[in-house]
Amino acid sequence: MTTDIIARCRGIAAAHAHLDGPLLPVLHAVQESFGHVPVAAYPALAEELGLSAAEIHGVVSFYPDFRTEPGGRRVLRVCRAEACQAMGAAALGEDLKARLGVEWHGTTEDGAVTLEPAYCLGLCACAPAALVDDRPLGRVTADRLERLAREGSA
Amino acid sequence: MKDFILPDADFGTPARRSDKTVTLTIDGTDVTVPEGTSVMRAAAMAGIEIPKLCATDSLEPIGSCRLCMVEIEGRRGTPASCTTPAADGMAVQTQTPKLAKLRRGVMELYISDHPLDCLTCAANGDCQLQDMAGAVGLREVRYTPGANHFETRQNGEANPRFEAKDTSNPYFTYDPAKCIACFRCVRACEEVQGTFALTVEGRGFAARIASGTTDFLSSDCVSCGACVQACPTATLQENAVIEMGTPDRAIVTTCAYCGVGCSFRAEMKGDQLVRMVPWKDGKANRGHSCVKGRFAFGYAAHPDRIQSPMIRETIDQPWREVSWDEALAFTAQRLRRIQAESGTGAIGGITSSRCTNEETFLVQKLIRQVFGNNNVDTCARVCHSPTGYGLKTTFGTSAGTQDFDSVEAADVVLVIGANPTDGHPVFASRLKKRLRQGARLIVADPRRIDLVKGPHVQAAHHLALRPGTNVALLTAMAHVIVTEGLTDSAFIAERCDAEAFADWAAFVAEDHLGPEATEALTGVPADQVRQAARLYATGGNAAIYYGLGVTEHSQGSTTVMAIANLAMATGNIGRPGVGVNPLRGQNNVQGSCDMGSFPHELPGYRHVHDPEARGVFERLWNVTISDEPGLRIPNMLDAAVDGSFRGLYVQGEDILQSDPDTRHVAAGLAAMDCVIVHDLFLNETANYAHVFLPGSSFLEKDGTFTNAERRLNRVRRVMAPMTGLADWEVTMALANAMGAGWDYAHPSEIMDEIAATTPSFAGVSYDLLDREGSVQWPCNEAAPKGTPVMHEAGFVRGKGLFVITDYVPTDERTGPRFPLLLTTGRILSQYNVGAQTRRTANTAWHGEDRLEIHPHDAETRGIAEGDWVRLASRSGETSLRATLTDRVSPGVVYTTFHHPETQANVVTSDYSDWATNCPEYKVTAVQVALSNGPSDWQEDYAAQARAARRILPAAE
Repeated sequence: MTTDIIARCRGIAAAHAHLDGPLLPVLHAVQESFGHVPVAAYPALAEELGLSAAEIHGVVSFYPDFRTEPGGRRVLRVCRAEACQAMGAAALGEDLKARLGVEWHGTTEDGAVTLEPAYCLGLCACAPAALVDDRPLGRVTADRLERLAREGSA
Repeated sequence: MKDFILPDADFGTPARRSDKTVTLTIDGTDVTVPEGTSVMRAAAMAGIEIPKLCATDSLEPIGSCRLCMVEIEGRRGTPASCTTPAADGMAVQTQTPKLAKLRRGVMELYISDHPLDCLTCAANGDCQLQDMAGAVGLREVRYTPGANHFETRQNGEANPRFEAKDTSNPYFTYDPAKCIACFRCVRACEEVQGTFALTVEGRGFAARIASGTTDFLSSDCVSCGACVQACPTATLQENAVIEMGTPDRAIVTTCAYCGVGCSFRAEMKGDQLVRMVPWKDGKANRGHSCVKGRFAFGYAAHPDRIQSPMIRETIDQPWREVSWDEALAFTAQRLRRIQAESGTGAIGGITSSRCTNEETFLVQKLIRQVFGNNNVDTCARVCHSPTGYGLKTTFGTSAGTQDFDSVEAADVVLVIGANPTDGHPVFASRLKKRLRQGARLIVADPRRIDLVKGPHVQAAHHLALRPGTNVALLTAMAHVIVTEGLTDSAFIAERCDAEAFADWAAFVAEDHLGPEATEALTGVPADQVRQAARLYATGGNAAIYYGLGVTEHSQGSTTVMAIANLAMATGNIGRPGVGVNPLRGQNNVQGSCDMGSFPHELPGYRHVHDPEARGVFERLWNVTISDEPGLRIPNMLDAAVDGSFRGLYVQGEDILQSDPDTRHVAAGLAAMDCVIVHDLFLNETANYAHVFLPGSSFLEKDGTFTNAERRLNRVRRVMAPMTGLADWEVTMALANAMGAGWDYAHPSEIMDEIAATTPSFAGVSYDLLDREGSVQWPCNEAAPKGTPVMHEAGFVRGKGLFVITDYVPTDERTGPRFPLLLTTGRILSQYNVGAQTRRTANTAWHGEDRLEIHPHDAETRGIAEGDWVRLASRSGETSLRATLTDRVSPGVVYTTFHHPETQANVVTSDYSDWATNCPEYKVTAVQVALSNGPSDWQEDYAAQARAARRILPAAE
């Protein structure tokens, strides 16, 4: 299984190698394919891109959007920045943590949902805001978010 | 650089080269600097130190610590002086009340996340953070304790931000609690070493230095020490300093490992060596180092070192410890008896490429003056003797043409038969730096060495030729250059022998030598050869660097001449950035060759046929020197088996392990009546010795080493010899026991004798070396400060000589019984026969020799990773464990020769270079099969070695 993932990562890297600064597009594509960027693939990615494994680790760890372990089937990102805080995001976050039984960055036991904090989604006018996978949502409530996050991920 | 206790001025940012200068005023002082120089460096040049933490002059500035800010008249704000270029008319203030307040604020923030345990810290007194806190006058930290990285527990719970020390590396410790995130280590790993093993993990307050996702030892880290050198705090600290405390003085000396010849500061505390730190003014290494020179010096104090002379009547007896006098009398008497019985020529000696020039000179003097014959040889016989022959024939000197700085001006680099990242790591780092700047690389090697593809370095062409086909490949490149009209006609017309060129051009232009015709032979696609040849000929300054993969072949000398031909045909000789550069293996192999260690050559490469050269020494030494060349090492061994050669003085070389066909060497040694081994350890050769004279390490004596650039570097005594005598004193004592009457008081007197007798060293003296730091020969009236680049105005021999290079395949062929080709090499952490490195913590990286085999070849033989395999050739067999890798092509296997248990040279053949007898280590037809463990030979050998190493308890 790991060998297969590494081979596929290598293929993804090779397909992007012609780009100027291919690392971020490659990491996005890898995460798209596997839901995360497997650490075991760093050496192969590094070799294809003419980088070191440490450099890959530096970039992956810089961006909170990249994850190195598989997440839940849905990723719920709840904004905790100023505008949302003013509209009750702190309580919303606590509520969601309790409902899902996880801490920030955690994944529910059934593997359905991963809860991530976000720091501004650019939806301040509709605070509190959140993102369910790629879908932006405004004026969210814990009920609605929990329903959406669990929808189709059971 | 932690340099408070032992300062070595740090200018903050690297020097800039420019024809234009700018003049600015800093704190009212006018300073003129090359354009592009930073304000920080300009200030340092004027003696004004601007506070700094993230800047050091080995690294490009990043302007991150904000401590070096200054005020510039007419500009807003407080720009960072490290990233601000000096400009004409600029008026800079480095100390104002505003700057003082800002700097104190910055320091306060740093200290808020740093433990205040200075008194018990390993960097106490040698810490830039401490220095800067003092410099900016930090008197209080107003921040209340909060989130930090240094407290193990907070509020009764484990501090989640605290990371434990990483002690995985045997030589240094990474303590994240002390880190100020200046990134100097990360930048050093990238810019200086070029390994990119370190990174910054996370971001913001969570940003930490990380060796990838694993600990230091398991990471890509090569333990070169550049990060430790760059760290301003105790975050990356030598374990020796943690254990012993800070050193109190430094003595500049030269590394005793490879031919790069790095300069180091031996940092001392009394007579204890605390650490070796690369010297930034060292002209070979420019402040860089590798794991061997930087850290692997513990062998010099290893308990295996023999401290007393020992003798025995026969080699089946145990050793008997005796006094120097008794040992020398015993030796002198035996040698004289042999000569009385079997003739003057029945004894000889081998000089060491590990010892100093002065010691080598004395050993050959002992043989020529006191033994009275020319039976002197050296280990260059088995490594670079073809370089001497080939370059002397074509150019007129037996040495490389450039200095290492030259690589900074190269546009195209051809690396053939060398693996610099393992064998010559500091040069490799300098090469990689140039490659990252855009120079292009051609690698010709059967194995995919690290240079072929690595972080930010990729060869334009990897010509993965079959072992033994160097001449065919290089001649094919010459074919392309000549037939496509890419030669430098003006250069050839002006500098080279016209007739020889015409013959050569006609020869290489023949169709059967072209890349298409030789493709089946070399295994390199013709198109690749054509492209590589065009790149070499037309890509700008093209330099060739080569190693033992060129010389250790039956056509070693031919290959060297083929290389010289390429360089001459394209005009790539005689200026910086080009040239032919042998990467010499041993620290002083160049020097040992220079000092007359060959049986046919007096010091300075003057043939013994030359009556004038002989006369110089005959008059000084008051002897007659034979005009007949003496015996080479293989001839000595042959003659020993015949019974006509009976005594051998071997200084600092382990011929049993390093020379080819181990069984033959053993038989030759066993047949002799007086084998004298002069070494640090009871090496493998000593198993067959009658006299053991304990040697002194490079830390225990004065002298000089000559590196691959012909550079004479001073070796300085930093501690007394453990045995009471330095090696040169032992050789002198032996000569005197035989009646020579030598009275050298110091090695400088030996150098004076060398200078007086050898024209290319005429200007060399210890005074000059102390003044200049180092000097490259020729150093004489014409070049009083030495010669960085040779053949600048014309070739030393007059006109450059093109030599026809016919490809003659080696007699060592693969066949049904031995279908694979074995080639050998080295690995970064170990050095040659391993006598030194095996006695250090470097074994953490390489504990045994492994056989690299392609997965296809392994599969057909049922071999899995880590299996014991039997490696057999027509000469012998041995066993070792296998590693499966596609670094080697199918049909080729590879191993290192660092461990005596493996005895890789049991397998190698006794074929050798046609001109110089340099053994063909790099090509042996072998078969590989699964085995259960060590072979019978290995077990017999181990038993013999155990018996031969017995030492009797000292007599009461």
